[in-house]
Amino acid sequence: MQPVWNWFAELHDRTGINLTIFYDAFDRHRFAEGFVTTVELAAVCIVLSVAIGVIGAWLQGSRLRLLRLAVYWYIQFFRNTPPLVQLYFFYFGVGSFLKISGPGGLAQPLVSNMTWAILSLSFYAGAFNVEIFRSGIEAVPRATIEAAEALGYSRLGADRQIMLPLAFRICLPALNNNLVNLVKATTLAYAISVPEMLWVSNQIWSDELNVPEMMSVLLICYVGLVGVLVFAMGRWEKAIRVPGIGLTARTR
Amino acid sequence: MSRRLGWLEPLPQTSDLPVLLPVVERPISGANTDRKFCPSLARLRGGYGFWIVAALLLSAGVAGAETGPVHPSIVATLIKWTPLLFGGFLFNLAISAFAMIGGTAAGVFLGLGEIVQFAPVRAVAWLVTHFFRNAPWLVLLFFCMYMLPFQVTVFGTTVPLPDWVKATFGLALPVMANVAEIVRGAVQSIPSSQWESAEALAFTRSQILWMIILPQCVKRMLPPWMNLYAILAMDTVLASIVGVNEVMTLTGDALGAESRPELLLPFYGYILLWFFLYCYPIARWTIRFERRFAVDR
Amino acid sequence: MSNASGRPIVSIRDVHKSYGAVEILKGVSFDVAKGEAVCIIGPSGSGKSTLLRCINALVPIDRGEIRVAGHEVHKLKTDKELIALRRKVAMVFQQYNLFPHKTALENIMMAPIHVLKEDKDEVEARARKLLAKVRLEQKADAYPGELSGGQQQRIAIARGLAMRPDVMLFDEVTAALDPETVKEVLVTIRELAEEGMTCILVTHEMGFARELADHMYFTDHGVIVEHGPPAEFFANPREARTREFLAQIL
Repeated sequence: MQPVWNWFAELHDRTGINLTIFYDAFDRHRFAEGFVTTVELAAVCIVLSVAIGVIGAWLQGSRLRLLRLAVYWYIQFFRNTPPLVQLYFFYFGVGSFLKISGPGGLAQPLVSNMTWAILSLSFYAGAFNVEIFRSGIEAVPRATIEAAEALGYSRLGADRQIMLPLAFRICLPALNNNLVNLVKATTLAYAISVPEMLWVSNQIWSDELNVPEMMSVLLICYVGLVGVLVFAMGRWEKAIRVPGIGLTARTR
Repeated sequence: MSRRLGWLEPLPQTSDLPVLLPVVERPISGANTDRKFCPSLARLRGGYGFWIVAALLLSAGVAGAETGPVHPSIVATLIKWTPLLFGGFLFNLAISAFAMIGGTAAGVFLGLGEIVQFAPVRAVAWLVTHFFRNAPWLVLLFFCMYMLPFQVTVFGTTVPLPDWVKATFGLALPVMANVAEIVRGAVQSIPSSQWESAEALAFTRSQILWMIILPQCVKRMLPPWMNLYAILAMDTVLASIVGVNEVMTLTGDALGAESRPELLLPFYGYILLWFFLYCYPIARWTIRFERRFAVDR
Repeated sequence: MSNASGRPIVSIRDVHKSYGAVEILKGVSFDVAKGEAVCIIGPSGSGKSTLLRCINALVPIDRGEIRVAGHEVHKLKTDKELIALRRKVAMVFQQYNLFPHKTALENIMMAPIHVLKEDKDEVEARARKLLAKVRLEQKADAYPGELSGGQQQRIAIARGLAMRPDVMLFDEVTAALDPETVKEVLVTIRELAEEGMTCILVTHEMGFARELADHMYFTDHGVIVEHGPPAEFFANPREARTREFLAQIL
């Protein structure tokens, strides 16, 4: 790999384009770590938010009105307030109460900033997922479930075998969109000093004064990450596609 | 009227999400009224806002209980800082208005560019749209703050570009891309039978687009466009990260001036409340619009 | 296969059309004389709707020749030429396809004003006459959403007539209507035919076809299997496939 790094060093000498993340070992290392942190953050949040979405959608079908209301207000709170302010609220606000005494008797936060970022972003995306899953379920007409029940399926069986597969296919495009937004939202963790890609890049360009280069690298990386996610989800969508369900694009 | 695909329709856009949903081909009626698990939104009124305020005051009270009687109460402090913070909040709303207007204007043209018959223009429009849709808003903001010049000379006069103008421009870029997708989605959701019958009547393509297709699109575009605005209004706080003096920066200043850790929760909760009070009605309106337009069909 | 006396107004020769690997029209030829009313029947997928769309160039053909009212449809390329053709040929669709954001009167007036560039007042007068002709004068200011299917279809017919075409194409125009409203549309079409309009209809209404048509065509799998005057056609179909089809639906 050394020749590749050398090429970038030459590029700097010849044209002034300063991509230290390639030819400088230290910067290379920290940028790679930042990239990994971003991917980690995105992956954990995706899994957690989908889980929250499933649980929330299930709770919304509960007979207890209080439970349904609780889910409703959870959704409304997280949807109608800025995710950044939610992050501050949790990290600075709630976090200021959750202190334990660490070594030396100094108060230390119980929950790290990375954990707060994961929790806050997961609950944020989870709120949207609850709505998405719920809408998918409601878009399956009652007539289909009735037909299943008439064939002798139990309620649970009909849900599992008939409704959920259809509901899932219906809501997949919206879910994909939400997951893409989640990946983009990981940049918010910058505000609480989580060492993800944007934060690390900020460090690098402050040290090396190569703002345009780092900006471009950042944009390419994020567009690339999102592109990979969209591609993967698109392939999955195609693989489980059933004719008649889903967007029919007509280009004119 | 137009041929329905029956119940096998994609996700109906009657969900009131301020999330960037793909624009649905055709909203369906009937299927989602079959199962109603959500409490009817119509029944929930401002009475619940009372509970939010109560919860807030309670948290302020709890936090206040941790301090001694020496400092002024939390509520009093909140009230003291309100004029300043509210001014900042209005500034956020102003930024959101400018970014929305600029982004929408550019986005309409970009969206039309995605459906012209000339392939190179379509390709360029597609690239631009997807680039700005896939880039995180914060990164675009950083990009604009650093890369845009601090002043620009036009027609001989030098116009300074303050930070907030650059931030507005940075926010308008993703708005433009999303509006383009909304426009494109709306145009493609008009049944092709409309194109066919207009062609049979010997209209030219641009006549069909401007006189027949686009007027029908406006209604369809309104709910996702309003959703987009809600998202934008909330994302104006990102400008605080890049140094623009808006409500979050001012809140940080106020907290720094007061230097009391028990104020953190109430202050951020207060700002959350303001955004909630602004965005929740928008979300409700959006649902109401959607229901009305769905019924029209 | 020419059966018309005098020069036919619509002349189709050996038309082939494929969509990808699927061949829809496999060599269709027929003529229609001026003032004739012609009905095309056949099972779904036999290419009837595609054939109609080829006649007014909504669908380009792969091979063959189509001549309509002096235009050589297979050779038309530019927008201008296509528009000139579509002034002569009007088409009414199964799904009426009225423009939902315009009133009934505006729907009728739009094309003559914007395409033919005629004077607005003249067009309005003519449009109102056409509305009266289809017996919907009171609905001039109604929006399509407020009209029944049969009413919308009659407005669609009036909209086509506003262009003063030489030929009218009807693509299963009553298929989407409920039985009570089918009659009002058929009456309108019959009046048109009696006034001398050249009509080509794709239809499932056998009774109507028998009454109205001067000539019947039966298509199956992209070719014309049989044709003839309705009396003969329905009473003594020559081909087995025709007999099968008629037995199924009559």
